[in-house]
Amino acid sequence: MGRRITVHPVIEFQKGAQVTIFYEGKPLPAYDGDTVASALIANGIDVFRQSVNLHRPRGLFCAIGNCSSCLMIIDGVPNTRACITSVHEGMTVEQQLNKGMMP
Amino acid sequence: MLDVDGVPTLEDIGKNMPRRERLEQGFVAVHECFQDIPCNPCVEACPVGAVSMKTLTSTPVIDFDKCTGCGNCVASCPGLAIFLLSLKANHAQITIPYEMPDVPQKGDKVQGLDRYGQFVCDADVIRVVRLPSLDKSSKTTLITLEIPASELMTVRSFRRR
Amino acid sequence: MIETDVLVIGGGPAGMNAALASAQSGAHVLLVDKFQHLGGQLVKQTHKFFGWAEKGAGTRGFNLAKRLSEDVMNNDNVQILLGYEVVGAYRDGTYLAASWSDHITIKAKKLIVCTGAAERMILFENNDMPGVMGAGAVQTLMNEYGVLPAERFLIVGSGNVGVILAYQLLQAGATVDAIVDVLPKLGGAYWVHAAKVQRLGVPLLLGRTVLGVYGNSRVESAITAKVDEKMQPIPGTEKRHDVDAVALAVGLMPLTDIFQMMGVKTVYVPELGGFVPWHDECGRTTNKDIFVAGDAGGIEEATTASIGGTIAGLAAANDLGYQDNMQAVKDNLEALSIFRTSSLSKKVLEGIERMRGELNA
Repeated sequence: MGRRITVHPVIEFQKGAQVTIFYEGKPLPAYDGDTVASALIANGIDVFRQSVNLHRPRGLFCAIGNCSSCLMIIDGVPNTRACITSVHEGMTVEQQLNKGMMP
Repeated sequence: MLDVDGVPTLEDIGKNMPRRERLEQGFVAVHECFQDIPCNPCVEACPVGAVSMKTLTSTPVIDFDKCTGCGNCVASCPGLAIFLLSLKANHAQITIPYEMPDVPQKGDKVQGLDRYGQFVCDADVIRVVRLPSLDKSSKTTLITLEIPASELMTVRSFRRR
Repeated sequence: MIETDVLVIGGGPAGMNAALASAQSGAHVLLVDKFQHLGGQLVKQTHKFFGWAEKGAGTRGFNLAKRLSEDVMNNDNVQILLGYEVVGAYRDGTYLAASWSDHITIKAKKLIVCTGAAERMILFENNDMPGVMGAGAVQTLMNEYGVLPAERFLIVGSGNVGVILAYQLLQAGATVDAIVDVLPKLGGAYWVHAAKVQRLGVPLLLGRTVLGVYGNSRVESAITAKVDEKMQPIPGTEKRHDVDAVALAVGLMPLTDIFQMMGVKTVYVPELGGFVPWHDECGRTTNKDIFVAGDAGGIEEATTASIGGTIAGLAAANDLGYQDNMQAVKDNLEALSIFRTSSLSKKVLEGIERMRGELNA
């Protein structure tokens, strides 16, 4: 559903260099300065994890690291907040389907 | 109704209107700021001292005889609540601050809308400018529309057709 | 380990001003923020700010943030630690800041907490579904990262946050189906903010609440209904909104975890958004070495947060003996009280009065 904003009347967006992240093994374009959350949403991915007990889909809620809605497995580390984690070249991102295990 | 949805009625606006003769002399600033917001950029922006305020939380008072209709206050008002109005023999003109994408160009035909975004009349874009504002990179565009004289009090917005 | 005079947590308007005020008084300041950049929530505000023209009113929020963060970065007395979050606090003035891959021990004589606020949630069916977001989250995505998370939005709540979000969504090229509010009248937004979105055609539906959102793993529609005097939905008044996101602008609550960890007295003050640390007019809590400024001490807005940050920064440096800041504190308190003469500040002033009265309760 999401997309990058191309025209804006007052903000000039400065896009960083393009990097590739791997979501569930699939390469996705992202830009330096993106968080994992902004990169996924720009690529149309809204579901970040499942709730622990009822396995309901969860996505981004607060975007500033205050809630726990966007916990994902990032570079193998579970319970990582997608909203405040910056992307880097080759980063791996996976949906988290349970409480998460220590790597 | 101001205290219900924040939108002023014609009665509210009437209290701030210049005389008809002043409107006929050319552009004059008219504000739709009715709340005691602590805010004063309009006073600062006016190059001729036509906008005054008793305290930071007072609503502005515009001296219509001093006002030259330059539009600097329109470009500086954080609430986008100041417009320029002028009345000619057969039509009226209104200048509206605009910060949306898809800025119209001079000569475009647009739809004039009222304070609730409802269609009122067709309008011609006769001027598109960026004016000095307190924020140097403000990017607020001032769009001037020509509308029927009868709609001077109602049209405050527009959309592309 | 980093040793510092003043540790400031949070690099928003309150934290940046606090850091500057202490640093300009001669104190060494460590400013920690969990993001990779300074600015806090000011970064995502596209509207021009209200307040005094000579103090930056009329300038867009993100431009104010830029100006302020440059001042902070150019001050030699301020050390900035980005991407770190203060996760540990010990009562002898030792703190632990952690990043993605690292942690640092900090020893500080004074602490100024400017952690801001978290967005509130409300109950409705499927409120955990992707596509239901805090209003601030939508602002962050579109105005900081340039990503629009959906095309058609329903906004819940008509305070300043809700109506400003509607305007920003239109600027970003999205559609706003409506702003709903359970109250029978505008929920606290400045009239001018509400007027500018309505004249662009955004309907304000008052006395209406959201019953639920529906879709296959993400929001595809929302249902709202009118409410009676007891705020209960009225059957038969349901309305379906074809939206792919619902943004909640139903209030904020101060982030006060650290005060509780440190044994600082907190008080429940509904007018200030919930639990707040008790604090005097300089932001000093019941622990004289811990200050609060900005929304963490009570929900208000960016200009008062900025002034409050300056006051706390001046007071902390004053307490450390760097220089006599009492006149500067007084001048800033005077500015704050002028700003709060507006009827819009009535609730906050009542809240502050209630909080002050609770010291010995």
